[in-house]
Amino acid sequence: MSVVTSLRRLAPAAALLTGLSIIAGHAEIPLHERRSGYADLGRDTKAMQDDDTANPGMLSVLDGEALWKTKTGDAGRACVDCHGDARTSMKGVAARYPAFEPARGRPVNLDQRISICRAERQQAKPLPYESKELLALSAFVGMQSRGAPVAPPDDERLKPFRDAGRAAYDRRQGQLNLSCGQCHDDNWGKSLAGNLIPQAHPNGYPLYRLEWQSIGSLQRRLRNCMTGLRAEPYEYGAPEYVDLEVYLMWRARGMPMETPAVRP
Amino acid sequence: MTDTKRLYRANRRQVLAGATVLAGLGLPALQTARAQLQANPAALALAIRKVAGDAEVKTGRVKLDVPPLSENGNSVALTVTVDSAMTPTDYVKSIHVFAEKNPQSNVISVQLGPRAGQPTIQTRMRLADTQDIIAIAELSDGTFWRDVRSVVVTLGACLEDPV
Amino acid sequence: MARALINVPAKAKRGEVIAIKTLISHVMESGFRHTSVGARIPRDIIDTFVCTYNGEEIFRAALHPAIAANPFITFHTVAAESGTFTFQWTGDGGFSQTETASIVVE
Repeated sequence: MSVVTSLRRLAPAAALLTGLSIIAGHAEIPLHERRSGYADLGRDTKAMQDDDTANPGMLSVLDGEALWKTKTGDAGRACVDCHGDARTSMKGVAARYPAFEPARGRPVNLDQRISICRAERQQAKPLPYESKELLALSAFVGMQSRGAPVAPPDDERLKPFRDAGRAAYDRRQGQLNLSCGQCHDDNWGKSLAGNLIPQAHPNGYPLYRLEWQSIGSLQRRLRNCMTGLRAEPYEYGAPEYVDLEVYLMWRARGMPMETPAVRP
Repeated sequence: MTDTKRLYRANRRQVLAGATVLAGLGLPALQTARAQLQANPAALALAIRKVAGDAEVKTGRVKLDVPPLSENGNSVALTVTVDSAMTPTDYVKSIHVFAEKNPQSNVISVQLGPRAGQPTIQTRMRLADTQDIIAIAELSDGTFWRDVRSVVVTLGACLEDPV
Repeated sequence: MARALINVPAKAKRGEVIAIKTLISHVMESGFRHTSVGARIPRDIIDTFVCTYNGEEIFRAALHPAIAANPFITFHTVAAESGTFTFQWTGDGGFSQTETASIVVE
């Protein structure tokens, strides 16, 4: 299968990609054909996600709720002291991350935003990436966007990073020399070694993955993918992941958030 | 299976993905090193014997609900229900679940009683490989009943690094 | 303290059969896994789960390493009287956790 998509195929997709430079790559999935990983789940796994008392991701959400109210750091402040009830103040927030952070001149994802708040407002020690506590806060805040449509900000400053993310998505990598798009745009719905290839939307993160038997972040999943391609993954927190997340959230725009989702 | 064959317990995480069906991309066929778990009938028989003793375990009255194809062997949903009136004199005493090819045959054993109301349990189990699952119920009259179902377990296509 | 989620109906009619769902955070390390250098990871599981209803045991489960991480168990009981359910999980390394839930039976 040719990697380079003809311009003719790309033209309809290009009409949707206003402002995005046309990079030779894969045809975008038409918006109406997009499918959450939820739709590919078996009956029992769907039931697991649908029932808050059966979804192990909710255990993390409860931990996050407790952390939200815990005073911490030299400032002795809890999240609730500034943000109040997360159900109101955090509603829809996760759906519009990553967002541009002027102090850094680049976008940050939700985990990074939480870490910035901890450092600057709570004067607390940073929570390591993929730590139980950071995942818990991310899951708790993420859940406040459950049901809301993925809403990447209409911010021109994000464009170069979204383009970089898209380039990474279309670039072949690893010993297997595959790009993300070759599986997730061109072959979604087909089988790879007995598993269904999803379209790979980030609308449920952090999520409980059966393979991990724990909750995990989008970065963990991206690292898994890179390992699967036999490429050396970037370190946690690498800007490459955030750029890719900016693109993936844009690619999933309008799809409902499902945090904390359950996936195989 | 002969006595000379050893159980090969590969770390699942070290197993490479199987051959891909994406032949159109011109991928080389990847080597598969699947854990070749064999049924261990002796261990299974012993585990069942510990529960049922010498009693005959009849097929029927138990309904075991497992997905025929699991998405991930780490977490496979299972429901067991038993056809019983659940009266104080005719009820389900216990339910036992076994996995034929797991390193250890027992999955779960539950004690019920007439207060259970409905002899149905649900849980999630780990399966090391494609295998049969056996659910055995002991009734208050001392009889044992069972159901057997097969579950196909595949390995994930893009495996994470080992622990 | 492990995080636990219990689903018991707050209210039920006398004689009604109710479903009780329980979920607890626990790694359920099987004892069959190895690190990348071949060292065996020791077993660490919850091995017993007991539920009592106003002090009387109504459900007992023996869990084995084959139970998936974050054990989820659903069972049933007849709503006989108002009162309290007590749930206790015990396991390796002295693990012990108790949770309660109330029910009003009309």
